[in-house]
Amino acid sequence: MKKLTTLLLLALFATGLYAQSKSDFPNVTLKNLDGKDVNISKLSNNGNPIVLTFWATWCGPCIKEHNTLNDVYQDWVDETGVKLYAVSIDDSRSTAKVKPVVEGKGWDFEVLLDVNGDLRRALNVSNPPHTFLFDGNGKLVYQHSGYLEGGEEDLYEEILKVAKKKK
Amino acid sequence: MRKHILVFSALTLAFSLRVSAQSFVENGQVNGSFQTDAQYYMLDEGIGITDLNGKNLGLSGFGKIGYTNGNFSAGMRFEAFLPELNGFRPELNGVGLANFFATYDNGFVGVTVGDIYDQFGSGLVFRTYEEWALGMDNSLRGVRVVLRPTQGVTIKGLFGRQRYYWAPYLERDFASDDYRGIVRGIDAEWNLNQSIPSLSESKFTMTLGGSFVSKKQYDQSLFYIIPENVGAAAARINLGYGRVAFSTEYAYKINDPSAINNFIYHEGRSLLSSLSYSQKGFGAVLQVKRTDNMSFKSMYTGKQNDLDINFIPPINYQHNHTLASMYTYSTQPKGEMAAQFQVNYTIPKGSALGGKYGTKLTFNMSQVNDIVRDSIMFDGAMTLNQPGTLGYTTNFFAISDHRLYRDINFEIDKKINKDWHVTVQYINLRHDIETLEGHANSPEVKANIAFLDLTYKIDRRQSLHFELQGLWENEVHKGYEVEESEKKDYQKRGDWAAALLEYSINPHWSFALSDKWNYGNPVEEYRDHYFTGTVTYIHDATRVMLSAGRQSEGVVCVGGVCRTVPASSGVTLTVTTNF
Repeated sequence: MKKLTTLLLLALFATGLYAQSKSDFPNVTLKNLDGKDVNISKLSNNGNPIVLTFWATWCGPCIKEHNTLNDVYQDWVDETGVKLYAVSIDDSRSTAKVKPVVEGKGWDFEVLLDVNGDLRRALNVSNPPHTFLFDGNGKLVYQHSGYLEGGEEDLYEEILKVAKKKK
Repeated sequence: MRKHILVFSALTLAFSLRVSAQSFVENGQVNGSFQTDAQYYMLDEGIGITDLNGKNLGLSGFGKIGYTNGNFSAGMRFEAFLPELNGFRPELNGVGLANFFATYDNGFVGVTVGDIYDQFGSGLVFRTYEEWALGMDNSLRGVRVVLRPTQGVTIKGLFGRQRYYWAPYLERDFASDDYRGIVRGIDAEWNLNQSIPSLSESKFTMTLGGSFVSKKQYDQSLFYIIPENVGAAAARINLGYGRVAFSTEYAYKINDPSAINNFIYHEGRSLLSSLSYSQKGFGAVLQVKRTDNMSFKSMYTGKQNDLDINFIPPINYQHNHTLASMYTYSTQPKGEMAAQFQVNYTIPKGSALGGKYGTKLTFNMSQVNDIVRDSIMFDGAMTLNQPGTLGYTTNFFAISDHRLYRDINFEIDKKINKDWHVTVQYINLRHDIETLEGHANSPEVKANIAFLDLTYKIDRRQSLHFELQGLWENEVHKGYEVEESEKKDYQKRGDWAAALLEYSINPHWSFALSDKWNYGNPVEEYRDHYFTGTVTYIHDATRVMLSAGRQSEGVVCVGGVCRTVPASSGVTLTVTTNF
């Protein structure tokens, strides 16, 4: 019986692993603004959705988009539990500027630095801004290239579709 | 009961076995992207295009497929230039599998075989990357090993040969024009806060790093003795304490005579430092840089942006509006003393000036001067930058009076209410067009630039976007006397006005009309209008853009690297997608 239970647990564990590895987050390590490593494949938000946005300090539409997102972000977090990571693709010309710009603009989301373009390549981003939405299991459910006025409302509708917590 | 458990566990086991057998297929994920840029060129006597030289079409495209499965990932990219777009290097003409790689990385050790993009520190001694918009790719075909023996420590080693358009990698003919050296490098980085538990929550942060890179090249020169092993080393430190951050990197390279440095045997040195302060609503950063003879290429005869092993980042504000980006600074690896200062500040919400949404201000100032070079004694005479000599001596802290670039700009960004958004910017620019763009007979650009951007949200889906820009040159404008023989150096000089109107319907459509007018060019025949109409369709990750009109002669810069684009007239179609 004991053997059987162990076997059963092992089998369940194996299927558990299987389910886990289905996440669409690439195995790429970036740095956060404090210089600490963040492995994208290990991102989790207690089963709530995660948004990754690609931006750069020199990209006008990106700044516009993130200023807009920042105005609504806290409401989104309260209503859906979503978490947003703003991935900066600034290279060594402007990495030193990212933190002062983010703080100076008063943004509330977590910012990651993709100095070498590793995540950008892994997710095939041609040009910023580019937005990805992952559900609570790390499954990529929506992506959008570019930013037009009002684009944040479409993103919010997509978040609502996968959020387990609603209002 | 027992039987049930038995059956259930057998089923579960069978299921998981099936999983491992098929995991390569089932757990694996396929991703990819595709892009194509097609340009159809037309004659346009108005802007001086009277002959297309038999080229009325340019087409570049790539398709990329990637596969990932847990710790394993692989990918390849097929590229086509049929032929290359105007302004791209003609060597790109062709089609083929340009890039492939396979990586296994379990967190402790990672191995990549194939075409590698990587960077050591800020790139002063090593950086390989790709900029599709410039037709540029200096990737390294070889092997890379990454080791993370303990939390916070990363050691990388790599070697290989760089991409040179379509030249073969297995070049054994040392005398060939395509022959380029082997690049080898090692880099180590230690994040103290991640590796020392007692520091993990400390306000004080520290990261140390160091790299060594060398190229093994073959001496093909008849005139000079070219060193066959050229080494470069760099050391860096990042420090943080609460809101203050400081980082610096210093690089040194042994003598490396090349076509770029006029075959002098001077050593190379570079220093890049940043100091910043940030708190909610306020951020300031000061950067300084010195570059002395730091061009580092795996082919000593290489020109322009070919086969760069390292990357010297320009530290200037990166303008993204048409007129302001017409005069962009590009790094001068031969020598520069540069500084930049930027402040970002948000006037808080609710205050008199901040209004309901807050007002965002940006101030930036940057300047680049040349370094000071002193003559040296050679063969009984004083010489400066003479091939085959040490070239010059230089004082590390001396700044030359020769100014290459200066930019002072100020921006106000304000959301007025739910429907209106306004941005205004003023720029005062100095640009040494002779050194930076090779227009030998053209005086320094001294320009004032103003920019107004208005966005009006009509409703939930529709919006209007309007831009108005002006560029005024104090000294070079209408009426300025230009000699007949020097006319071509005055393209794009003098006063400009530009306007853009864009109507967009979120999430799919955008329609834009724009005009740029060089009304104040001192040369009458250059006072042209550049009308363009653009339609963009976006569906999720797919974007289709069609534009028709004129493009002015200019410099397109992405990532601090620039290429010149000739004036053209015609139709451009761009399609990008991602899956």
